[in-house]
Amino acid sequence: MADWASFWAMGGYASYVWSAYGIAAAVITLNVVLPVWYHRGLKRRIRRGAFIDD
Amino acid sequence: MTRTRRRRLLLVTCLLVGLSGACALMLTAFKQDMLYFHEPSAIAAGNVPINTRFRVGGLVATGSVERPGNGLSVHFAISDCHATVPVRYRGTLPDLFREGQGVIAYGKLDGRGAFVADRILAKHDSTYMSPDTARALNAGTSDACMPANMQASR
Amino acid sequence: MHVRLGHDEKTVVSLTMDKGVKQRFHRLGSSPYFYDASARWAIWLAVPAVICIAYAVIAGLVYVPPDYQQGDVFRILYIHVPSAWLSLFGYTAMAVAGVVALVWRLKLAEIFIAAAAPVGASFTFLALVTGAIWGEPTWGTYWVWDARLTSELILLFLYLGVIALHRSIASPRAAGRACALLSIVGVINVPIIHYSVVWWTTLHQGATLGLTGGSNMDADMLWPLLAGALGFTCLFGWLTLWGMRVQLLWRERRSRWVMKRIAHG
Repeated sequence: MADWASFWAMGGYASYVWSAYGIAAAVITLNVVLPVWYHRGLKRRIRRGAFIDD
Repeated sequence: MTRTRRRRLLLVTCLLVGLSGACALMLTAFKQDMLYFHEPSAIAAGNVPINTRFRVGGLVATGSVERPGNGLSVHFAISDCHATVPVRYRGTLPDLFREGQGVIAYGKLDGRGAFVADRILAKHDSTYMSPDTARALNAGTSDACMPANMQASR
Repeated sequence: MHVRLGHDEKTVVSLTMDKGVKQRFHRLGSSPYFYDASARWAIWLAVPAVICIAYAVIAGLVYVPPDYQQGDVFRILYIHVPSAWLSLFGYTAMAVAGVVALVWRLKLAEIFIAAAAPVGASFTFLALVTGAIWGEPTWGTYWVWDARLTSELILLFLYLGVIALHRSIASPRAAGRACALLSIVGVINVPIIHYSVVWWTTLHQGATLGLTGGSNMDADMLWPLLAGALGFTCLFGWLTLWGMRVQLLWRERRSRWVMKRIAHG
């Protein structure tokens, strides 16, 4: 890439291209992070004995 | 496979077959309504409702684009090889509007067989290539003798 | 026959045991095995996913030439087409799992459906949103109610329906069966989406990637796209596998193997 300014400009379509890639990155990140968080919380609750009936 | 499993599999298969059949029937019944646009030959054949708004799709006929007056108005023809419909439009055009390009015009037929459009959308095909390849193939000046819906399979 | 209950408690169940007991052992045994083994399998999906998506994005944004008609805005294709492919692939996989869940009553198939639905919904949403962003400058509109766009929107509602159904039924087995049924019924929409551009006149163009017929793309544009589709598929597998582990842990949170692994592990 010789010229960074023209790379970010995307031939005048910068707002369209970068918003599409940004939304994709956000959605994928959420899909990776949320199950990991939930998994951690669930393990913590199991360790605390939250699901032991008696 | 046990008998119960075979019975369940048969039940699921029957469900899926029945449902696809019902769907196929319904979609066939709605075939006309599911069309997003009509092609010029359908209009020429009289298959399009009159006195209502509808959409015409096809290619902008090569050499047909005229801009009379101050430049906001544009006159052109939409063609699908078998028939041509003259179109009058006033307003902004999408980036991809050019001769030989697929477009869809929203509007009504006037009394003299011309289509008065109030909105133009550009349709593109699934051909993607670099400007260099396009120059080598001399593309961009596509033949205006192709139904808009067939462009994809070119 | 061997029933694996984990590394430390491999048990041999005699073939002379009656069928009900044997099946219960098998079912009980498969959960901890899956929970442990899937943590090892995940790496084989995560690594190719990261490599393929990184290649697709860098090539798609930097090295691929702009399109001769659309210019640089066509680079959205490298997100849009893999997302749309995954939206169809994900639902088809759920329908196959649905048949397995209903006919063979396999618990892991029910868990697969529950775990895949949110991932599939995310990528269907991505396909719709990136398509709208792409449509504005090229077509001149964000949205039209043509057959392709409408049927893809229905697919999003089907995914959301599976998620809602799963959450609204308290009994895990009943929820699993209801979701399996909805997955099977809804799969009829998949061929409708794929062939909508052939059966009806639509604003949307024909398929970019097809099983039959050569694609109308330069080779240096096509390879990053195929890598993107492969990478997204691996990503789907990875995310779904993680979701399955979490679902399994939740469903069996009161069982002994969970206590053993988590509380004392």
